[in-house]
Parts: sequence; structure tokens; C-alpha cells
Amino acid sequence: MEGGKEKDAYTKACGIIEMDPSDLKKLGAWRGTNVRVTSKYGDVVVKAVEATQGPHPGLAYIPMGPWANSVVNPNTYSTGMPTFKGTPVEVEIAMNEPVFSSVQLVQKKCRGEA
Amino acid sequence: MSKSVTDVICPFCGTLCDDLEVVVSDDGKKIEDIYNACAIGAEKFMHAQAAGRVTKPRMQQPDGSYKEVSYDEAVDFTARMFYKARKPLMYGWSSTSCEAQSIGHEIAEKSGAIVDNTATVCHGTTLIAVQDVGIPSCTLGEIKNRADRIIFWGCNPCHAHPRHQSRYSIFPRGYFTNKGHKNRKMIVVDPRDSDTAKMADYHFKVEQGRDYELLSALRVALRNEPLPETVAGIPREKIIEVAEVLKSGRFGIIFFGMGVTQSLSKNHNIDAAIMLTKDLNEFTKFSIMPMRGHYNVTGSGQVLGWQFGFPYAVDLSRGFARYNPGETTSNDLLRRDEVDAVFVLGSDPGAHFPISSVRKIAKLPSVCVDPHITPTSEISKLHVPVAFVGVEVGGNCYRMDNVPIDARKVVDPPEGVLTDVEFLTRVNTRLDQLIGGK
Repeated sequence: MEGGKEKDAYTKACGIIEMDPSDLKKLGAWRGTNVRVTSKYGDVVVKAVEATQGPHPGLAYIPMGPWANSVVNPNTYSTGMPTFKGTPVEVEIAMNEPVFSSVQLVQKKCRGEA
Repeated sequence: MSKSVTDVICPFCGTLCDDLEVVVSDDGKKIEDIYNACAIGAEKFMHAQAAGRVTKPRMQQPDGSYKEVSYDEAVDFTARMFYKARKPLMYGWSSTSCEAQSIGHEIAEKSGAIVDNTATVCHGTTLIAVQDVGIPSCTLGEIKNRADRIIFWGCNPCHAHPRHQSRYSIFPRGYFTNKGHKNRKMIVVDPRDSDTAKMADYHFKVEQGRDYELLSALRVALRNEPLPETVAGIPREKIIEVAEVLKSGRFGIIFFGMGVTQSLSKNHNIDAAIMLTKDLNEFTKFSIMPMRGHYNVTGSGQVLGWQFGFPYAVDLSRGFARYNPGETTSNDLLRRDEVDAVFVLGSDPGAHFPISSVRKIAKLPSVCVDPHITPTSEISKLHVPVAFVGVEVGGNCYRMDNVPIDARKVVDPPEGVLTDVEFLTRVNTRLDQLIGGK
């Protein structure tokens, strides 16, 4: 995060979804497969990786960053705080779709291209 | 011959480590090595030196590309934006010094702006809870010297505040805790087996979003009242056992983070955590402290507090200070199209706000003041690079326990690059001229 958000390292660190091995198996995805994560509020393509701080079946984790923010619940319920955690999502394999860099992703989302 | 600068303050997280040693080249321009810092802190110092750093302001062109402009043009563009806007939003303020924040607030008063800091997506709900029920807190020094019951609730300091445990909360040998971590019992509440949880004596693997129930259950257990068999996925016996452990300590502390402030119950979670602290004070001495993220988000709350009376989301558009989270907070304002310009300093809402809010920023006149290239700088109409506070310029900062510490300058900024204070002062002067009709 402090090493430059336009760099590849940021995409590798945050453009991911950490999933429990049992969930990866259910999905039929290898580690390192690109997946599309869809919620009521949006969708984004990220790389599926095995949970580093698991096991937590049924729970997936995208680190703070524009990828997570493409799918989280923006409602603040009059507190000012969007509901960043606990968003129900669906995950599907999207092997041929690229994971955009942070800058590309935000620019595309703002222009309505992604 | 290179020289060593000692007692350097680390401008990364709210722990604000003050024992860094930085080796600087003889001409004072290049950082050669960093000692004592965590990986993230060291990265921040090194990133200031990285090749390809932007050193001139850049204006967005109609095709979306960026063209370099002079600082004079950037100052004029920013001042005019404030002059024209009826209700601009000034967001960020957490990665800069208190001095810069204060000048920003002058501009806000003149242009009828809303000043909001990163607490709005971080510990804003904590601040609401503190206003509801108060907060019994202490300093990190007291924790180092006294605390023998440490709770980390919904936070992962191993990754987010890497030196917190070694400097203050778990490992150091203090005056009354002379055996270091052997003196302390560590309790972690987290739905994941986080690296912090792996170190804990007790790990409550709470069901995601059920913190409120668990906090309430602990309060029930303290009162010896009956509990259901499991609460939030934790067996009754475990809850009672931990309640006894907490009671038996001499000095306890609850550290809490985004796991509770951003989950659905938000400020009510913190209400319950503070009330649990209050209850524990019936048995022993207990404190509670938010794990503040940015190195000077606490400072922004302090400066706003003493100037306007509120810690974040301060609306000055009516000529006096108003505060109403849910109405004057950044995400609500953006989602409801209630602001007509956005000024960001020392933060990255482009990456850290929900995308629906980011889309609104991209459509508005916007200025981003940030030494880095970030998603925010790449959707703003103007990006103004500045010197890194705590690396290339000093300034006052507040640690997570509200202790002010002066950050030190280590190296010179690249030639011609302004500091936050210099840029804001020039915008303020230009705004005065515009208001005076010049």
C-alpha cells in the first residue's frame, strides 16, 4: 500500500479473494484462477487464492482496496460508515477475464466501461 | 560519509513509532537505510525515493490524459474551485500534519465547505459511540507498564500495526509487567484465524457480524446471569472462562478495529464494547482504545475538535459548525449529490470509498493533493504532488492514544516540490484575493 498503488505489487496484494480450500473445491477452481465476484452492489474480477488466515468455509475475504469497494454495500444507515463487511457475494470462474490494476479499474468503473 | 538521523517518527500507522534510525547520504538528499521500522514503515520511507515520482502538478485533459502545469496554475485552479463552489467537500487530512489541517480549516470556513477526515470510513462510528457513552482510556505507556489482560477485537495488528505488540501491548517488559508477554493474557476476537489470533491465549472465532451478541454475552457472564448454550458461535463455557480471566487481571485493555466499526451494527458494537469496559471496572481496572489507522487521523479529530467542537464530518456551509453523521459525512453527501466540488488531501477515497461514491467524485471538479499516484489522483481534475510529511517535512501528529508527537524531517523534498502547508497557504492567499474581487 505504501509502495505505490499504481504498481503491480498492489494488484497482487489486494486484487485477490482469499477463499477457503473447501469453497475453492466446490467452485471447481484452481488456486490462482481469475474469478468474477458479484454482489447486489456491483461486480469485479479478482484472482482466487487460498485463505492464508483460515480455515473459514463460507467466508471469503478481499483486502481493502478498489476491488473490494466494487462489491461492498455502500449504505451507511445514517452513520456515515458504508457497510464494508459482511456483504453476501457470488463467485464464478472467469478464467479469460483480466484483473485490472487499481487505476485502470477505478477509471473504467467511473467511465462506465467495467 | 553518510550520517544517521535518530529518533525519527514513522509516518505510517497510528502507533507512530518514535525510535526509527534513518541513514542519509552526506548531502541530505538520499535515504540509504532504515533501522527499527516495520516493513510497511520502511517501504514508505523508500517509496519517497522511488524513481518516476511525480514532481509537478498535473491537470486532466478532455481525453482523460494528464498534462503538467505549474504550481501557480494549480493554486489558481484550486482557489477558483473553492470560490465558485457552494458546498465543497474537503476530505482526507489523516496523512498530513496538524499545521496543514489548521490552514485547510481556514479555507473551509471561507468557502463554506464540509471538512471530513478518514474516520468517516474508519473509526467514525467509534466517535459516535464515544459521544453516546464516553470512553475510559489511557496511554500506550500505561499499557506497556501495567496491562496484563489484552483484548484485540476485530483488529489484526500483526499486519496493520506491526510494531504495536512489540512496543506496547504484548512483548515489552514494563514496570509492573516485568516478565513481558508471560505476564499477559491475550484474547483475540476475529472470524478468521488471523496471524494475531494464532498468537492468542484465547481466540473467539466469532460468527461474522455477531460481535454485539458476544459483547453482550460477556457482560451477562460478568453478572453471573444465565447464558444460552452458544452465542455467536462461541460455547457458553468458553465465554464464562474468559470473563473470569478478564476479572482476575490487574489492568486490562480492549483494542478494537475495523471488524467492529465497519460491520453492520457499527456504533452499537462500540457502545457495547465501552459498556463492557465500564462493567469490568467493577472488578478491576480496564481501558479501551481504538486502533487508529493513519498516523495522524487522531490529530485531525483533535484539530477539528478544538476549532469547531466536532471530530469529523464538520459542515461549515451555513457559516457555523454543524455535525450530523449520516448527513454531513462524505459518502452520504456524495451518494446524494449534495456537494459540488471535492478537495482531497492525504487520503485515497478513489481506492477506499465504495465505487458508487468514487463515480460521483470523478464527475465533479476535484483536486487531489498527494505525493503518490493513486486511484484518486487518476480520476481528479488536478493532481498536486507534495512533500511527504514525516520524511521530507516535519509537523505535529497525534498517536492513537491522543499523545502529540512532532514528526521530523529526514531528507529534502525533490527540488521545487511544495509541502502541504506551503500549498494550502498559497491557496488560502489566492482565495482571499478572489473574495476581495481581485
